[in-house]
Amino acid sequence: MSTNPLLNTPEELDEMSRQIRRDIINMLAISQTGHSGGPLGMADIFTAMYFNKLNIDNTDLDKEDRDYFFLSIGHIAPVWYATLARRGFMEIDELKTLRKINGRLQGHPASPKGHGAPGVEIASGSLGQGLSIAVGMAIGLRMDGRKNHVYCINGDGELQEGQIWEAVMTAAHHNVDNLTMIVDRNHCQIDNRTENVLKLEPLPDKFIAFGWNVLEMDGHNMQDILDTIEKAKAFKGKPTVIIAETFMGKGVSFMEDNYKWHGVPPSVEQALVALSELAPTKYGDFHEIKEKAEA
Amino acid sequence: MYNIEKPELKETRQGFADALVELGKELPELVVLGGDVTGSVKTNLFRDAYPDRFISVGIAEQDMIGTAAGLALAGKIPVASTYGEFATGRPFDQIRQSVAYAEMNVKICASHCGITVGPDGATHQSFEDVGIMRILPNMTVLTPCDYNETYNAVKTAIKSKGPFYVRFYREKSPNFTDIKKEFKIGKADTLIEGNDVTLLASGLLVWEAIVASEMLKKDGVSARVVNVNTIKPIDKETIIKCAQETDLIITCEDHQWQCGLFGAVAEVVSLYHPVKMDYIAIDDTFGESGIIFSELMSKYKIDRTAIYNKVKSHLKK
Ligand SMILES: Cc1ncc(C[n+]2csc(CCOP(=O)(O)OP(=O)(O)O)c2C)c(N)n1
Ligand SMILES: [Mg+2]
Repeated sequence: MSTNPLLNTPEELDEMSRQIRRDIINMLAISQTGHSGGPLGMADIFTAMYFNKLNIDNTDLDKEDRDYFFLSIGHIAPVWYATLARRGFMEIDELKTLRKINGRLQGHPASPKGHGAPGVEIASGSLGQGLSIAVGMAIGLRMDGRKNHVYCINGDGELQEGQIWEAVMTAAHHNVDNLTMIVDRNHCQIDNRTENVLKLEPLPDKFIAFGWNVLEMDGHNMQDILDTIEKAKAFKGKPTVIIAETFMGKGVSFMEDNYKWHGVPPSVEQALVALSELAPTKYGDFHEIKEKAEA
Repeated sequence: MYNIEKPELKETRQGFADALVELGKELPELVVLGGDVTGSVKTNLFRDAYPDRFISVGIAEQDMIGTAAGLALAGKIPVASTYGEFATGRPFDQIRQSVAYAEMNVKICASHCGITVGPDGATHQSFEDVGIMRILPNMTVLTPCDYNETYNAVKTAIKSKGPFYVRFYREKSPNFTDIKKEFKIGKADTLIEGNDVTLLASGLLVWEAIVASEMLKKDGVSARVVNVNTIKPIDKETIIKCAQETDLIITCEDHQWQCGLFGAVAEVVSLYHPVKMDYIAIDDTFGESGIIFSELMSKYKIDRTAIYNKVKSHLKK
């Protein structure tokens, strides 16, 4: 498949991220299973990455200097699949197969080596494992003198896994600066808000104490996202974490900032309301919801 | 005897939660640990009833097991509960060192086991949990088959001393055992008599074996069905008796074939009374997403049809 072009302005990127949000709603409405909150909250950052920042071209994944992208929180797969499809990694129609038997769009991402989707490097879904893999990849690339940059998306609830902090120490110890970790700081996880389940604050101070360069950004402000990702990449000598302030369910009023939308799909009726809040774009939908969801 | 056409459907995880709330009344030392999936595994019911005896540890399964071991040392009866894969795979070493070796009174109660977590896919489908728990010395492994039996198994596990692993599921499934029947550790239950073949089944596959036995009956095949609800200690006596009385034993489980029920039964049969054996199980592969779990059971050949076909293929030979 061919690659769709990069987008340059925040306005263009915002329109694409709105389309990706519509795609997420449509995918979940069709399959009636999957996570709504995390994917909607990360749509702006995924759009900025794949349509502007990442040096990844689906027509040439063997390219020497391409970037690597890891999603440690596998449950937000719908935003990844929609973004990959919009960028040209797969036919847009494949989004209809989310979580279905014999398909590539696994509930939690699998790599094409298994039975998974193009663009996925390694399976995720068991929380806490992605950062170690990203650190290993970054060290390996650096050993070979390669200039690639490695990105890893982590959840805030996910930071409660001990392995994360083991990887944080490894990265700092080895000055892994060809790595950017982006934390989806939506303050929500499954059971409740993060600070009620297991306190994370003071989060920036924890990373600073562990020897990292810490940046913060508004995960729904396109210009801020672009600038902060650029700054992170330019920083040398230490690994960088971007703590991205986001809202779970962003863009859909009845989901926003509500942890109860972590892991459930909208009903068909709710999906229609959600779509009415997300204006259609020039890119067009891959699917039109009828009264009843298709099997 | 069994309502094959329209069985009552109930969640096994609800049986777990109901037993916890019930026992909370009489056992003040009962405490429950939560790993950010309390709604899914239904420990939220215990939390709401006894908020002072619920401990949230966040998404940190290794820490959950270690904390449980410490609570046990302090004289509590800790129940650590999350999804099967994350209850056993992630904290395996903590379970081995701090629970099994230490003989701590920790109850690991795992929901969302096997292939029926369907849409979540391979990362969440635990096919190895029974195997890695049963090879641990001091560990007792219970695999109840429906709501009623889960309710009773959890009660027995909590009231018995020592490390336990109890396995159950997310989805609703046929509820057909007797709620009044006390769960006896290490005592397999013969549900249907038969002398051509023995189906030794565990967990959700017990119902599939019952239905398959009815299907076979129509063809004149007499298939015994035994519910092996304890994988460790395995009921040697019953297994040896089955080997003596039927020439063919087929195990049925929603788990990898090598290390779970088939493995446990094969160890007994090969030592004490070798007969022909075969298995219905996950065949050395990972799972995948699928919205309708019966489609996955069919694709992975762990349903009633697969059992029926397997028995027929042996009897033809
Ligand atoms: C090792 C492990 N434990 C538990 C789970 C179940 N689980 C899936 S997502 C999730 C919450 C994650 O919270 P966060 O990282 O904040 O993601 P968000 O809810 O914001 O999307 C949990 C507990 C899991 N997938 N893996
Ligand atoms: Mg979160």
